[in-house]
Amino acid sequence: MTEAEEREGTRPIRVLIGKPGLDGHDRGAKVVARALRDAGMEVIYTGLHQTPEEIVEAALQEDVDVVGLSILSGAHLTLVPAVLDLLHAQNMDDVVMVVGGIIPEEDAEELRKLGVKAVFGPGTETDDIVRFTRASVGRA
Amino acid sequence: MSLGAEILQGDRRALARALTLVESDPHAADDIIAEVYPHTGHGVVVGITGAPGVGKSTLVDRLAGQFLARGRKVGILAVDPSSPFTGGALLGDRVRMEGRGSDVFMRSLATRGHLGGLARATPRAIQLLQAFGKDLILLETVGAGQSEVDVMGFADTTIIVVVPGLGDDVQAFKAGILEIGDIFVVNKSDRPGADQTMRELRQMLHLGPQRAWMPPVLAAQAQQDVGVSEIADAILRHSEVRLTDPEQQQRRMQEAERLVRDALAEQLVRRVVNQSQAKGRWHEVLTEVAERRLDPAGAAKALHLDQE
Amino acid sequence: MAKERRTPSGLEVKPVYRAEDVSADPVRDIGEPGQYPYTRGIHPGMYRDRLWTMRQFAGFGTAKETNERFHYLLRQGQTGLSTAFDMPTLMGYDSDDSRSLGEVGREGVAIDSLRDMERLFQGIPLGEVSTSMTINGPAIILFAMYLAVAEKQGVPWAKVRGTLQADILKEYIAQKEWIFPPEPSMRLIVDMMEFAAKEVPQWNTISISGYHIREAGSTAVQELAFTLADGFAYVEAAMARGMDVDEFAPRLSFFFNSHLSFFEEIAKFRAARRIWARRMRERYGAKNPRSLMMRFHTQTAGCSLTAQQPEVNIIRTAYEALAGVLGGTQSLHTNSMDEVLSLPTEKAVTIALRTQQVLAHEIDVTDTVDPLAGSYFIENLTDRMEAAAEDYFRRIDEIGGVLRGIEIGFFQREIADAAYRYQQEIDHKERLIVGVNAFVEEQEERIPILKIDPTVERSQRDAVQAVRQEREQAAVEAALEGVREAALSGRNLMPPILDAVRAYATEGEIVRTMRAVFGSYREAAVF
Repeated sequence: MTEAEEREGTRPIRVLIGKPGLDGHDRGAKVVARALRDAGMEVIYTGLHQTPEEIVEAALQEDVDVVGLSILSGAHLTLVPAVLDLLHAQNMDDVVMVVGGIIPEEDAEELRKLGVKAVFGPGTETDDIVRFTRASVGRA
Repeated sequence: MSLGAEILQGDRRALARALTLVESDPHAADDIIAEVYPHTGHGVVVGITGAPGVGKSTLVDRLAGQFLARGRKVGILAVDPSSPFTGGALLGDRVRMEGRGSDVFMRSLATRGHLGGLARATPRAIQLLQAFGKDLILLETVGAGQSEVDVMGFADTTIIVVVPGLGDDVQAFKAGILEIGDIFVVNKSDRPGADQTMRELRQMLHLGPQRAWMPPVLAAQAQQDVGVSEIADAILRHSEVRLTDPEQQQRRMQEAERLVRDALAEQLVRRVVNQSQAKGRWHEVLTEVAERRLDPAGAAKALHLDQE
Repeated sequence: MAKERRTPSGLEVKPVYRAEDVSADPVRDIGEPGQYPYTRGIHPGMYRDRLWTMRQFAGFGTAKETNERFHYLLRQGQTGLSTAFDMPTLMGYDSDDSRSLGEVGREGVAIDSLRDMERLFQGIPLGEVSTSMTINGPAIILFAMYLAVAEKQGVPWAKVRGTLQADILKEYIAQKEWIFPPEPSMRLIVDMMEFAAKEVPQWNTISISGYHIREAGSTAVQELAFTLADGFAYVEAAMARGMDVDEFAPRLSFFFNSHLSFFEEIAKFRAARRIWARRMRERYGAKNPRSLMMRFHTQTAGCSLTAQQPEVNIIRTAYEALAGVLGGTQSLHTNSMDEVLSLPTEKAVTIALRTQQVLAHEIDVTDTVDPLAGSYFIENLTDRMEAAAEDYFRRIDEIGGVLRGIEIGFFQREIADAAYRYQQEIDHKERLIVGVNAFVEEQEERIPILKIDPTVERSQRDAVQAVRQEREQAAVEAALEGVREAALSGRNLMPPILDAVRAYATEGEIVRTMRAVFGSYREAAVF
């Protein structure tokens, strides 16, 4: 098979980067979105101030493999479970969920227990996020 | 239940999955399309294009709101370019959408830039949305390159969006998209120079060939929802004119011909390539072409003759 | 040949600087402290006469808890108050709005109505402290609440001192916490400037902020250029309203970030003062020396702190604070070591304040005014920062101004590019950060962090609902109608908003009333 045909068969990994809640700090979300794009993924960015309902609806419509939430407002223990519940209600438990932002370690453990696959705090290298994303959808 | 049947029953997740299939591997979607095809072709497909920054996404969102209010079922396809180097893409058109929840089904498509993939995926994506029940589909593409012009070929009504000043209009004319526009929108019309841009556009349209449908030039401020209802009216007027047009039947046949030709070309290519590969001829012929021992058309002919 | 070195803004740095590297004219460009163009500082005696104001930003939970933190900080020797509001307050939602779920009292104090504001400043005489409020989109409402509290305390507005951030342009550019579209937002700011110039003469109605531009990932040059460009835009907007430049310009203040690249930061502060003074005099015709003097607050860079080995943040913060002081800041906030993990604990805040006290009293940097003046390197870098900023001003002019730049995503793209470059430098180890990509510790020690009481949200929700029950509803409705009329007619919104807060209309109600007239805003995605 030629390279072009091979690529045709495997679609790029699709990732939704969402910013739930009210904070507007999108530096991290955008740096990560760009790094994933540069690693060959299709990144759908929802924009700021999204409700959990809006994020899950977008993830459904865009048929993404991964949902990444960026939260710096301290509301992660409210917003993340809300998104997970809605994903579950839509039978979308196969979607890989990751969270980035200012998340204290205790809370990160709680989120992992709820089903979040990874929590990326400040200082995470984007290469690690790319590697994790690929591995999480079985494309390591 | 098949994915096609689920779509016909209005399953959003099934629609999303089928869209992924038509985007990635057209053949895997053949069965789905075959199943839903009788339920497609209704309603209106509106193409919206223009240079970056003219406010296309906002206009698309406002039109969606306008048509929802008029009881239409709205779907959106937003096309963004993929990076030619990495194949990745940043799809940011959802950012401009006001939360309309599940009332509007929107899908972001990356151009993926290989083998005219988008030109093949777009009509199928439209068909899936129609089978799902959407009767007003907004198809948004960025810029005015040839591939965008091609994609606009799938729209029933094409809207060209410009803004006053900054030479955007000139660019639009250069790219030759004047011919494909059915409606022209001068967005951000509160800006200085809007009247002049509208005048210039009208003049240029009058200089062109006389058509049964003279494209209107409309002013809008999409951000403030000003002028959007008039655009929606024009879209519906255009679609009435189109439907009563005696040439409509002929146009349907033309479109059918194009779709069949495209599918035929695709299937033939695939068959020839697969069989050549199976026989081990493919690599051999490519090598000869690469080393200039055989010309590409000669190679194609040779491969084709091999089949018979 | 040794590898070329550059500042984080990309300016080349030579191994040695000599006299011939200084192009600045010693009289025209450097001058004397307290004299035009104020490169060396706005006061002749600087910190010999008066130390900078130590102003630690505080706010969390309910008004009552934050009020206790205020009293604590004042007892520890802090000299000014600085209020952090929670996200719902910053975005114009009441605590019981569904959008506020999980966010009430998390990042700052929750304020819904005048009732909360009265509680926040209980026991704090508003005629004696100066208060800074970090609020932008709904600044006009919080300003009205503060003035209403002063009224209740019997303090005349003429004696009220403080600063509103109220810099909406940098919200569209960097921090993304806006409520209304840019044009009506600009109008609200000019309304406040106009009102304060007459009624609250000691109030700084706007703090033009580079801090958040930097936190969003910009370089020092971009921070300098974009902040000043915003400043010019406010000046032009107020002049377009017919105000005299010397009537409002003395009340404009600035707010900068102090990041890790020590000399570049100092040069940035010095260049900022010079550019501002020149522009105000030459382009806007300001005559009052106070209009030419750039006063600014500095905060150390939150984005330079690391979650790894958090105690090391104390050291980073100390250097950044020193750069602010050597750059001639008027007030300073030093970040607490744990701010990258959560809101600061009392212990962490105290160490941060002590850092400033060491700077002020132990290392003798306050004895000489602008001690780095005349350094070949510093003067050369100051010149180049100014030139690089002027380049950006030209580009912004070519685009058609700041609002147009925001609309086409110019600033957002410049910042996103810089942020991405910076991250790449760290990922590729071209820039070493202790604990992150160098000198990493296998076993990270955890430090205690502040937990926000989860019952805060509930009690705040109940409180705002109680306020709505108790107040006189007809008065609220009449006052909101006044707000709506003024929003429509273009009359100054400050008086009707004052009436509304006095009637205990909530912030969310006032914002909704204005949003119905002004609309809302969504930005294009710029990466």
